Amino acid sequence: MSTTDDAIQERIDQDYKWGFVTDIEADAAPVGLDEGTIRFISAKKEEPEWMLQWRLEAFAAWKKMKEPHHWAQLQYEPIDYQAACYYSAPKTTNAPKSLDEVDPELLATYEKLGIPLTEQKMLAGVAVDAVFDSVSVATTFKGALEEKGIIFCSFGEAVREHPELVKKYVGSVVPRNDNFFAALNSAVFTDGSFVYIPKGVRCPMELSTYFRINAANTGQFERTLIIAEEGAYVSYLEGCTAPMRDENQLHAAVVELVALDNAQIKYSTVQNWYPGDKNGKGGIFNFVTKRGACRGFKSKISWTQVETGSAVTWKYPSCILQGDESVGEFYSVALTNNYQQADTGTKMIHIGKNTRSVIVSKGISAGKAQNTYRGLVKIMPKAENARNYSQCDSMLIGDKCGAHTFPYIEVRNKTGQVEHEATTSKIGEDQMFYCAQRGISEEDAVSMIVNGFCKEVFRELPMEFAVEAQKLLGISLEGSVG
Amino acid sequence: MLKISNLHAGIEDTEILRGINLSIDAGEVHAIMGPNGSGKSTLASVLAGRDQYEVTEGSVDFLGQDLLDMAPDARAHAGLFLAFQYPVEIPGVSNSYFLRAGVNAVREARGLEELDAIDFLKLAKAKAKELDMDEKFLSRAVNEGFSGGEKKRNEIFQMAVLDPKLAVLDETDSGLDIDALRVVADGVNRLRNKDRGFLVITHYQRLLNYIVPDHVHVLHQGRIVKSGGKELALELEEKGYGWVEELAGAAS
Repeated sequence: MSTTDDAIQERIDQDYKWGFVTDIEADAAPVGLDEGTIRFISAKKEEPEWMLQWRLEAFAAWKKMKEPHHWAQLQYEPIDYQAACYYSAPKTTNAPKSLDEVDPELLATYEKLGIPLTEQKMLAGVAVDAVFDSVSVATTFKGALEEKGIIFCSFGEAVREHPELVKKYVGSVVPRNDNFFAALNSAVFTDGSFVYIPKGVRCPMELSTYFRINAANTGQFERTLIIAEEGAYVSYLEGCTAPMRDENQLHAAVVELVALDNAQIKYSTVQNWYPGDKNGKGGIFNFVTKRGACRGFKSKISWTQVETGSAVTWKYPSCILQGDESVGEFYSVALTNNYQQADTGTKMIHIGKNTRSVIVSKGISAGKAQNTYRGLVKIMPKAENARNYSQCDSMLIGDKCGAHTFPYIEVRNKTGQVEHEATTSKIGEDQMFYCAQRGISEEDAVSMIVNGFCKEVFRELPMEFAVEAQKLLGISLEGSVG
Repeated sequence: MLKISNLHAGIEDTEILRGINLSIDAGEVHAIMGPNGSGKSTLASVLAGRDQYEVTEGSVDFLGQDLLDMAPDARAHAGLFLAFQYPVEIPGVSNSYFLRAGVNAVREARGLEELDAIDFLKLAKAKAKELDMDEKFLSRAVNEGFSGGEKKRNEIFQMAVLDPKLAVLDETDSGLDIDALRVVADGVNRLRNKDRGFLVITHYQRLLNYIVPDHVHVLHQGRIVKSGGKELALELEEKGYGWVEELAGAAS
């Protein structure tokens, strides 16, 4: 081991910067999971009967399913679903109508997290639907959005206020029995975001939601549904941090996107949940189902993700390219350090004619982490002239980590064109020495080299997010090379 | 400014430098010539602090500091610059970002305020112009897709921006055609001044037609076997490295 390795390890070993717990009395469901739990959640959320039935059917499907442990490149202990609590809300009986009504302690927490919920940030044009534990606490900008007919609210509110839209689209992209975690989410989801962009409307600001897991031992099950009508456009940002915890916390979200004719949805994520300590203790289990349906002609869905947190990440934001000439994109940076494990990638399902997809995946492994890209490009028989370009690059930092690539390709139409490129590299001694000779410290050099490696993905992120993502990579990596 | 005394260094168990003694004063240009394997590049790497090389004996004093005790970045902060024989590519990182990080690290170490992006760009553009380089290359990734000549010019450009006290040029002429060689040499000559020292390492005499040295040293099997003025380079050119063998034989 060179001094470079040591210095880099030191940076890697830096403690999670955002670990703190806010003391707010939780209004929680009893521990365990049965039909009663689901009825409790549904009642708490004042849901209509159809929503309750929908949940119960999902629960019935879930009970017949098994936790996946075989195909993914992940190792984790089976989760005890009866030991978790499935509902916890900050204790406010009446929903706040403005920031003034929000619990100051909550606001202070958001301040610490740097969440732009304050007045100044209105100038920056960010509307925030903040999920604290399971209930949306405050929503800003509603007025400006309402003028354009845009609906941006918590999922719970959408169920009450816009049941026809929810009913029409919920579960239409990710069916309740799609997979184990999607089924679980469908049964017990507590809240999330709902976005509806009407025909021909371009959403005038980036919509942003900050998630935060807070109460101990509470699973977090958000559900997000975004619908872009004909010719609509929306850019949605999702970013998260979580306080320090010893127990593993389960997170199983479902995100569904629907793009109709000529509509565009851009969905960007920066994920920085607690990854566990340097010995692999604690950390969030992140089992997410994200999928977008390009239903309309020339519709486009673009996923951009920067994943630096969680002990276990299991996530494949995908696009179903149904509409002719529709476009799917997936840009991903996944960074794992210490004992983190990530199995992430995408699925591009080409159904319509002249559909196109682009996949750019950058995996970075440091410490003893394992990082897997798993992708599927499927060209169906009727998808004439479908095209895909995939690029999967892996970077290794140190010699105890692993990078794996599983690109599955299924082409059932001979006019299809699929390209796949893959590289694996190490941050070299040469690069480090070159930087050092120019006076650049080891930490800055690692951060610079890794950020350079991820550049193609970062340039897909909205500006503010890109800056945050770069910082996050620097912090998550503080110290690594060989 | 640089005083190398009885320097022994090697890689793993192989000793490559076997007792180097060399002093460079401010304003001087020293050339080190020698056949392949004589230890030229090892000397450059050891001075810059590359950690594959182990120093087993001797000392190096740089501006009153123990150079061998300093980390590579600290050596850069103190004013040592190495123009690499094989400049390294850093994909996705622009030249200007890279170099600004370097300049500001050096400035910070010297207690100067850091240059913001605008001031840095002014400086970089001015230097690029002096070296007759297209400023577009500032936004290109560090050495990525650069031709051999471009890489070497980039080294000289970085040197100009970093403004070192001592510049070590490790076979900067290798792989250059005569035009590129002239450009690089012009760049170096422009940076010559009474405060700056140069150590020019080369295999061929031709570079020294353009960068005229004050002193020439001949390196053979890890030792300096002959030193002289600029005419020594010509003599060496004429007699070939076989002559060095004879010198070494006579010296031992």
